[in-house]
Amino acid sequence: MPRRTIWALLAGWALLSAQGPDRLTVGRPEKLVGKRNASVQVKIPLTVQTGFHVNSNQPLEEYLIPLKLTWTSTGALQAGAVDYPKASIEKFEFAEMPLSIYSGSFDVVAHFKVAPNASAGPGAVTGKLRYQACNDRACFAPKTIDVTVVYQVE
Amino acid sequence: MRLSAVLATALLATGFVAGCAKKQPSAGARKTAPNFTLKDSEGKEVRLADYRGKVVLLDFWATWCGPCRIEIPWFSDMERQKKDKGFAVLGVSMDDDGWKVVKPFMSEMKMNYRVLLGNDQVAKDYGGLDALPTTFVIDRDGKIAFAHVGLASRKDIDAVIDDALRGSGNSGRVSLPSLLLNTR
Repeated sequence: MPRRTIWALLAGWALLSAQGPDRLTVGRPEKLVGKRNASVQVKIPLTVQTGFHVNSNQPLEEYLIPLKLTWTSTGALQAGAVDYPKASIEKFEFAEMPLSIYSGSFDVVAHFKVAPNASAGPGAVTGKLRYQACNDRACFAPKTIDVTVVYQVE
Repeated sequence: MRLSAVLATALLATGFVAGCAKKQPSAGARKTAPNFTLKDSEGKEVRLADYRGKVVLLDFWATWCGPCRIEIPWFSDMERQKKDKGFAVLGVSMDDDGWKVVKPFMSEMKMNYRVLLGNDQVAKDYGGLDALPTTFVIDRDGKIAFAHVGLASRKDIDAVIDDALRGSGNSGRVSLPSLLLNTR
């Protein structure tokens, strides 16, 4: 392999590593299907990078940024509650008290109702997921990532 | 750029993602800390270059950062104990919400040292500051004597500051942040 190519690859790798991937990634939710006035729900799969955690939706310290899903556009659906899973309570060196966190893979469940006047056909709900990730020694700036759920009104 | 330099940067960047890294280069190998002009809590412009001749602990932190809360009382102690020896702490907050969240935090934590509000340029100049806290010790010549990403050891930082105040330079541990810096 030409030396210049090796340089380019390594430099790119260094840059990507330094910027870091998202510590929380959103999987593809199942397609929502429902008739007018139907209550529907969807699991949004989330995965926290190994070695990191994110604050739960109800952190035990006021200064920590909670995991929060908000919808920016719901189309033919009416947004309902968002259910977050039970958090783990863990102690870290940097905090006097245990913290309420999520790590690994977990689901957030979003509830909707299909609008009574919804037109039959496809659509998409879009939202933002805000989170703060840390490991046991450092915290990363709070981030907001996009979430999309596609639906079909029958 | 030499291949070895790219390799070193790549390997050290991986260490950065892991969350912690430190550097304490020998005095001759130190790089100049990028200068900046930032405002303090009273609205005064502060230039890093104005601190030339002093040993400076430069701490990048944020109110939402748990590990930062452990270190800040240490830095207040260090400011109190060493300021008469030609030492100063500069805390640079990376909070997007600015002084409205930083000033109450300063009071809550009884911070006795100068706090500045950071920006994207200073973050870029100091290696991205993706993870906090990130701590630098800058020697009297304005060069980086020590850099650490993540919760540091108080003992290590104290030792580096005392070395820098004596004008000596240790060598040994290698790490990422200052290698990523665009220093002269």
